[in-house]
Amino acid sequence: MPLPLKHDRLAARRARRLREGAIEAVLFAAALVSVFTTVGIVYILVKESVVFFQHVPVTRFLTDTQWTPLFDDAHFGIRVLLSGTLTSSAVALAIAIPLGTIVAIYLSEFAPFKLREIAKPFLELLGGVPTIVYGYFALLFVTPLLQHLYPDLPGFNLLSAGIVMGIMIIPYVASISEDAMRAVPMSLREASYAMGATRLQTALRVVFPAAFSGVAAAYILGISRAVGETMILAVAAGMQPNLTFNPLEPAATITAYIVQVALGDLPHGSVGYQTIFAAGLSLLLITLVFNIAGHVLRKRFRESY
Amino acid sequence: MAALPAAPKPQLVKGAPLVAKAEVRDLDFYYGDFRALNGINMTVHERRATALIGPSGCGKSTFLRCFNRMHDLYPGNRYDGEITLHPDNTDLLSRSVDPIEVRMRIGMVFQKPNPFPKSIFENVAYGLRVRGESSRRRIEEKVEEALTNAALLDEVKDRLHEPAYNLSGGQQQRLCIARALATDPELLLFDEPTSALDPIATASIEELIHDLKERVTILIVTHNMQQAARVSDFTAYMYLGELIEFGVTDELFIKPKMKQTEDYITGRFG
Amino acid sequence: MSLTRQIQRRKRYETLFALLGLVALMIGVLTFVALFVDMAVKGLGRLDWDFFTSFPSRRAGQAGILSAWVGSTLVMVTTAFFAVPLGVAAGVYLEEYARKNWVTDLIEINITNLAGVPSIVYGLLALGLFVYQFGFGQSILSAGLTLALLILPVVIVATREAIRAIPQVIREGSYALGATRWQTVRYHILPYSSAGILTGVIIGMARAIGETAPIITIGALTFIAFLPPAPVQAEPPFLSFEWLLSPFTVMPIQMFNWTSRPEAAFQANAAAAGFVLVMMTLLMNGFAIWLRYRLRRNLNW
Repeated sequence: MPLPLKHDRLAARRARRLREGAIEAVLFAAALVSVFTTVGIVYILVKESVVFFQHVPVTRFLTDTQWTPLFDDAHFGIRVLLSGTLTSSAVALAIAIPLGTIVAIYLSEFAPFKLREIAKPFLELLGGVPTIVYGYFALLFVTPLLQHLYPDLPGFNLLSAGIVMGIMIIPYVASISEDAMRAVPMSLREASYAMGATRLQTALRVVFPAAFSGVAAAYILGISRAVGETMILAVAAGMQPNLTFNPLEPAATITAYIVQVALGDLPHGSVGYQTIFAAGLSLLLITLVFNIAGHVLRKRFRESY
Repeated sequence: MAALPAAPKPQLVKGAPLVAKAEVRDLDFYYGDFRALNGINMTVHERRATALIGPSGCGKSTFLRCFNRMHDLYPGNRYDGEITLHPDNTDLLSRSVDPIEVRMRIGMVFQKPNPFPKSIFENVAYGLRVRGESSRRRIEEKVEEALTNAALLDEVKDRLHEPAYNLSGGQQQRLCIARALATDPELLLFDEPTSALDPIATASIEELIHDLKERVTILIVTHNMQQAARVSDFTAYMYLGELIEFGVTDELFIKPKMKQTEDYITGRFG
Repeated sequence: MSLTRQIQRRKRYETLFALLGLVALMIGVLTFVALFVDMAVKGLGRLDWDFFTSFPSRRAGQAGILSAWVGSTLVMVTTAFFAVPLGVAAGVYLEEYARKNWVTDLIEINITNLAGVPSIVYGLLALGLFVYQFGFGQSILSAGLTLALLILPVVIVATREAIRAIPQVIREGSYALGATRWQTVRYHILPYSSAGILTGVIIGMARAIGETAPIITIGALTFIAFLPPAPVQAEPPFLSFEWLLSPFTVMPIQMFNWTSRPEAAFQANAAAAGFVLVMMTLLMNGFAIWLRYRLRRNLNW
């Protein structure tokens, strides 16, 4: 078959180039959505917070020890909410980090193949349970259970919420840490075994340190998750702002406060409406710091095997 | 069919009189159902270097890894036969012998240098720490001694606490040798130690092995015949899982007894 | 021989550690079992046809999840409608088209970052932007858009990994025959990666079904005794989009509402709703995991 005429081919080429270019532009736009999302988040949080901070000076926001934004004598001390976030996160991480690490080391270095094949999907399922269900569990199962041991425990408390949050985070920490450890090449393990080391010694002295960047990233993700968690705390820790570091008390976290306000009526443009954006901005900054720390850690300790 | 090793004539081997360090008797090895090693009989002489040569897939690495029970790390492997370690006549392959104990007496250097992501010092000290050595002074002494014996100390003595990954390929391999030496092994296994290195690094490692063999028994797998000729006192030629011929290196290379050996050495196949 | 004793002592530590590992795993297992059994015991009794077909009510015995599961379904449809094309397109762009420059880096950093942003912040974004600025109101459309943005990183990452698994020789084979980049994507890349993408989409949707915080923030009402207008109508035009702008509620919010009521009867409702919710997410995640397993076994390039 003879080649088509020259001007036909040129026309076809132009049409093809246009079509390909248009398709690429559409795909590029889709990829840009993520950038727009970030821009949108920053824009909306800053826009409303700026208005807020015209009413409430930043210093008072950071130093006031009361959080009563909807009262006549309004106080806007973010510390109160921060204490709730910090305390609950500390309880959660005290559970998630040790247990998650142990599970990861166990699955990566000790568990027989069949057990790992069952345990990994199971952990995934555990992490996929909706947080509202975990909140229900914390309020109506864990708290009564703890009250058997400590009858003075209030119905809403940070401890139950923290414990359940911790168990919820274990799959995240374990899964990412385990992936990092499995990525350590077998040759390093062989070198350790060839020196007469036991499996535990190899796991703790060679594999775990070698995978440290991945494990640290897992920890950072866990922290981020704990700080940003909402429903478990909204349901089980109560929504009363309370400046405390005692997990046996009820308290509101930054996230639970936002939910509380959203549940009520939100006249657009009121100070109450703006507080949630100021709170949200604080939350975003905190999680941003952790995300960046995780990113930097991963880059610094990137082992080239 | 394996050729029984002929007793080497003493005057052809220089140095101290020959003492057997390890004796291999009727060794078979199975990867699952596949028989990878068939009826191997061989003697590894103390304070000599014995080379294992042969074409790819002949089982030389498999044979080497039997000595320190590396195959135990992976499921589905089976040993049949004995490897007796002297002077205490321990059968290394026996189920009643703990592989960890075996590996504490026998060291290994791998094909690709595999230092740990730790400092140079900590790499060499690893074997000592794993054995529970806690005295800082003793560890430092041993590390220095091992690095000297591996001809590496001069190059690293002022950066002992820097990461091992900063070293060149040849230096890393010498570090791995120092790491293995630090625990005074009775037998040192080398699995193609220079195949991942450039010629200059290779030469320095060969020189090192040549010096080491007066103090440590060495068993080295190599696919480079010239290297075997340069470095070893005894050579074993293997093919398809069998030991075809074993003898004094000079004799084997100049006047091999089996035609198969001659074919391999003269390059008729490879 | 002290060497043997040393080794024996270390072996004991090893057994202890293995035990510890199993115990840690068991904690997770036990929690899940306790959670599941607790909700089953308290809630299964409430699970009957009336429960699924009744609206919530002040009387616990008559309350049902009709508006909740209908709302969830409609929100999920909207979410998928936005998340799947956007996510897959972005994933395809990043794997097949993007060059290594600062724009690509910026996009990738953003995706990683967004995966770590708390879900309630997405709710705030939706409140300020979708509900008020764009004027979509407290509606299913706002919820669907919000959740789509939330699960976008999940879909993008799943798409990219599925595409990366395709060997380069397949692409080269297509290009060598004179195909354009889009033709290669359309006839090779997308079909071969579709199963992997589907897995990611299912996981993303399972996540979206259970999300409460962003939806509350948008202003989904917790007591809804009506259904959004039906999408399909008897008169022309047969398709209606009114439901997109309708107020609504979703399953997790209904459960949240009931959990917050102290009466034991409402707690039974909450348990029942929770059971349904957990079953849904379990089935979806389980299906995705099974799909992924089948995929890994059948992939022989």
